[in-house]
Amino acid sequence: MKLRRKIIILFILLAGAVVFGLISGAVKIPIADLLRQENRAIFNLRMLRIVAAILTGSGLAVSGIALQAILRNPLAEPYLLGTSSGAGLAAVSAVILGLSRVYMPLAAFFGAAASIFIVYNLAREHGRISDKSLILSGVIISVAFSSVIVFLVSLFGNEAMHEMNWWLWGSLQVYDHKLLMLVAVPVILGICAIYLFAQDLNAISLGEEEAMHLGINTQNIRKIVILITALITASLICICGIIGFVGLIVPHMMRLVIGPNHKILIPVTCLAASVFMIACDTLGRTLFSPVEIPIGVITAIIGAPVFIILLKRGKRI
Amino acid sequence: MTDSLLKIDGLCGGYYNKDVIKGLSMSLGQGDFLGIIGPNGSGKTTLLRLVTRVLRPSKGAVYFRNTNVFLMGLKEFCKKAAFVPQDIATNFSFTVMEIALMGRIPHLGRMQLEGKNDIRVAEAALELTDTLRFRDKYIDELSAGERQRVIIARALTQEPELLLLDEPTSHLDIGHQIQVLDLLKRLNRAKGLTIVMIMHDLNLASAYCNRIALLNDGLVYKQGTPEEVLTYQNIEAVYKTVVLVNNNRITGKPNVMLVPGEKS
Repeated sequence: MKLRRKIIILFILLAGAVVFGLISGAVKIPIADLLRQENRAIFNLRMLRIVAAILTGSGLAVSGIALQAILRNPLAEPYLLGTSSGAGLAAVSAVILGLSRVYMPLAAFFGAAASIFIVYNLAREHGRISDKSLILSGVIISVAFSSVIVFLVSLFGNEAMHEMNWWLWGSLQVYDHKLLMLVAVPVILGICAIYLFAQDLNAISLGEEEAMHLGINTQNIRKIVILITALITASLICICGIIGFVGLIVPHMMRLVIGPNHKILIPVTCLAASVFMIACDTLGRTLFSPVEIPIGVITAIIGAPVFIILLKRGKRI
Repeated sequence: MTDSLLKIDGLCGGYYNKDVIKGLSMSLGQGDFLGIIGPNGSGKTTLLRLVTRVLRPSKGAVYFRNTNVFLMGLKEFCKKAAFVPQDIATNFSFTVMEIALMGRIPHLGRMQLEGKNDIRVAEAALELTDTLRFRDKYIDELSAGERQRVIIARALTQEPELLLLDEPTSHLDIGHQIQVLDLLKRLNRAKGLTIVMIMHDLNLASAYCNRIALLNDGLVYKQGTPEEVLTYQNIEAVYKTVVLVNNNRITGKPNVMLVPGEKS
């Protein structure tokens, strides 16, 4: 079977990426040495980063898939819709207000939901939402909220808060592995929940009325799915800051490789996005070592051309 | 007259508080092949969107076997009635089988994957529409006529009692038109499938439908057999066009001929 072969190749790539991510870094350590007791700390640190990469990649990419299908807009993605910045702003505010770490994801979720609400209503004209005005509103909100983040971090930056670059361009360096475990739960549950809507997403991507004729309540499903993507995005913001374009690059690549059927697309994209994120993170750490390039910079450099191609092509998903 | 499968009672509805359908009533028996005709803007598509619950009526109701369709669950309704649009978005590379299996959505729960039976139903529907040989092809590789037959197969996969179609042949050449309409007639005869179809071509409506409803300005102007509806008086009154009606020499059905206003 052709599909099986593609999936096997992806698994091999994932294994390769994990090994690549483990051995490279500020110091290059061969895999055999890495397993020794004295290198345990480095091994754990790098492994944690890989876990963060898999979680972030899968979560952002699956959110992208879901938003693209449900909004019937090929450019929809948490970052470009302003969801990430909204979540980030709320998370920064929570830290400044001195709320405990546990409440940070909760605050981020409300920020994400609020920014979706604002973007959606900004883009609505005469009850209709055009593809381009939705993305335009999203990008504007994203820029506006990012500037407020910069403002807040410059004024109130303290030890508990990461530096500005961390918020704006993301990083997979895990500062708080308990928080990582905490947010892993909503992210994984969210991905599974979206998968349950796979066949509905198939029908909706053919058209809203089409889906209704197949017995799908598109209005309700749209709200539910958008809230799930907000939950995933908000959870991820708390451990890795704002990382853009992942939800654009990987899903579109995988649609070319295995087609639009969400039942296959969602799991395969999780695999591919994990490979992609580990690779981006490892490149960021090693290209100009010891300086670390933020991962969001790398994804943006790859993502911007993809965005332009999709915009020019003007096709639906 | 068998008892009514679909009954429309004083239906009003449209867009933005402006009713396009203005108190329309009609009923339909099991096994009927009803053609809905009428000029542009007479409310044909709006009527179908009200019946299929895409739009909510502002007044009146639609009954399927004496149950108000808006009180039925959406999935419940879609097990009974399937809809075929003019065409579907073609820039997706779903395979023909994937498209056909979407017709099983109303029959399956959220956690439920398609089983052997669902695949058998989809295959039977593809077989019936002569598209089973395309099962692994991508929908965007097919011709318009083949694609339309796949969409009809998807509707049949819903195992409906009522099939609603919105000008399913408008994008097709005459050969494909006849192919699709013959298929529908066969389903109507062999399986007792009740069909409601919006049609533009009056002569095709005459040839295939046992009942015709002529719509004008949101109301049924005339309803009945092709012979009763397709008279030059009715057509001239509604379409504001001079026509000549005689009989098709082979089918014996009314045949509408246009009379150009300018001589060539």
